[in-house]
This record gives sequence, structure tokens and C-alpha cells, in this order.
Amino acid sequence: MSNENHVRIGSALDIVTARQMGRSMAKELGFDGAEVTLIAAAISEVSRNIVEYAKGGEIILQTLNNGCKRGLSVVARDRGPGIPDVDKAMQYGYSTRRGLGVGLPGAKLLMDDFDIVSQVGVGTTITMKKWLHGNAK
Amino acid sequence: MHVPILKQRDYLIASIQSVLSDEDLLQLRDDLSERVGQFRSRGVIIDVTVLDVIDSFATRTLRAIAHMLKLRGADTVIVGIQPDVAFTMVQLGLTLEGIGTALDLEEGLAHLDRQLKRNLHDVK
Repeated sequence: MSNENHVRIGSALDIVTARQMGRSMAKELGFDGAEVTLIAAAISEVSRNIVEYAKGGEIILQTLNNGCKRGLSVVARDRGPGIPDVDKAMQYGYSTRRGLGVGLPGAKLLMDDFDIVSQVGVGTTITMKKWLHGNAK
Repeated sequence: MHVPILKQRDYLIASIQSVLSDEDLLQLRDDLSERVGQFRSRGVIIDVTVLDVIDSFATRTLRAIAHMLKLRGADTVIVGIQPDVAFTMVQLGLTLEGIGTALDLEEGLAHLDRQLKRNLHDVK
């Protein structure tokens, strides 16, 4: 499997594709079953965010190797409306729609690194990473 | 992927066969709500053994299904949540509060039998 994979997110069906791609890459990297499931769930949440708030976008999955540690990077990028108040959107339990408000803050809880950049009218990019053996922090 | 729904005695058993899209889950919700009326079912088992992830959307939908079916007069029990899936749900702070859960189909049937007996007892 290649080190980088792109999944276009246009509808809810693509969420499943992105999740499965992430799952197989994580497995190949050597993550254990529970971690693979955590990564798949995090991908699910950020992909759904694209489907619900932006019309479309993409998930970029990349294996990381910086010499001493390996991991998986997940980038969720869209050219949607952007998030006016990122701090609020990252509050657990806060949702502007019918959701549980678990999506983005939940994804952050599941991963080791989480970064979100959003600009109104331009779009949102979320970059998150999970390191093998969870020794990132 | 359509979820087959089997009728067994007073119960319906929805056995999820593969990974589901959001639409499939919503379809399952509508199908179950209709079938409960059609078969006058008293209990519903949703077998999620094959689901590799239960994220916030799936949790919200399962909760909605259980609450809708309760309003239609049927108790719901979710069976087969895998250990890794349960672990992830806990990390995400997702709960199925107020919904019956059981280890597998057999335990799920026993759960509904007990629940039905309790409901009958309450009436008396």
C-alpha cells in the first residue's frame, strides 16, 4: 500500500471509504486493534464534518516516519463555509446542528496531535496524527 | 446495504451484515418502526457485531431508533458491541443510556423475555 492516499469526500458513503482506507493503513503500520478502531472513529468524525458542513472535501492519509517514530497522519480539508468560532466548535457537547457535539472534540480526544485551521469563506483544514505506541506526548 | 429484519415470536431481529452508511442506518430506523406496527412486535434486537466503528452519528441514530420504537410499544436491545468498539465509544464519551444492551443474540433474547415479563407484571 502506498504511503499516501487521498479519499474524496462528497457524500456519506465516502465516510466509509475513508475510514476503511485509514483502518488498513493503520493496521499495516502495526497499530493494535483498539488503536485502529480509535483512528477509524476519528476519521469518521472529521469526514462527517465535511459532509455536514461543507459540500465536499478530501481526506489525505499519510504514513509518518521521522526516524525515531512512526505514525499515521490524517488531514481533512474542505473549501466549505469555514468555522466562525473554532474554540466553540471544539467544545465538547457544542453543536450548531442536530449532532451530539462530539465530532471534532471527540476526534481530538482519540488522536495524539490535533490541529485545526479555519477561515470563514475559505474552508477548514484539520490535521491529526496518531503515533505508534502513543509516545508522542 | 439493506439490513434484513427477521421476525421471531413477538420480536424482530435486525442483523447488520456489513458496514453501514449513514443512509443505511436511517433506512433501518424507518424499516423497524414500520415493521413493529406490521407485526405488533414487543421487542427488537439490533445485532451490531459486524460494525467496526460506532461513531457519534451511529450512536445518535441507535438512540433515536430505540426511543422511536419505545414510543411504538417495543423495547430495543443492542447486541454484539465488540471490545474495541466499546473502548472507542468510552473514549469519545458516547453512551447508549436508557437502551438495553447484551453480549450476543442469545443474551438479547433473554433480556427481552425478562423485560416483557416485567412489563406484564407492572400492568397487573
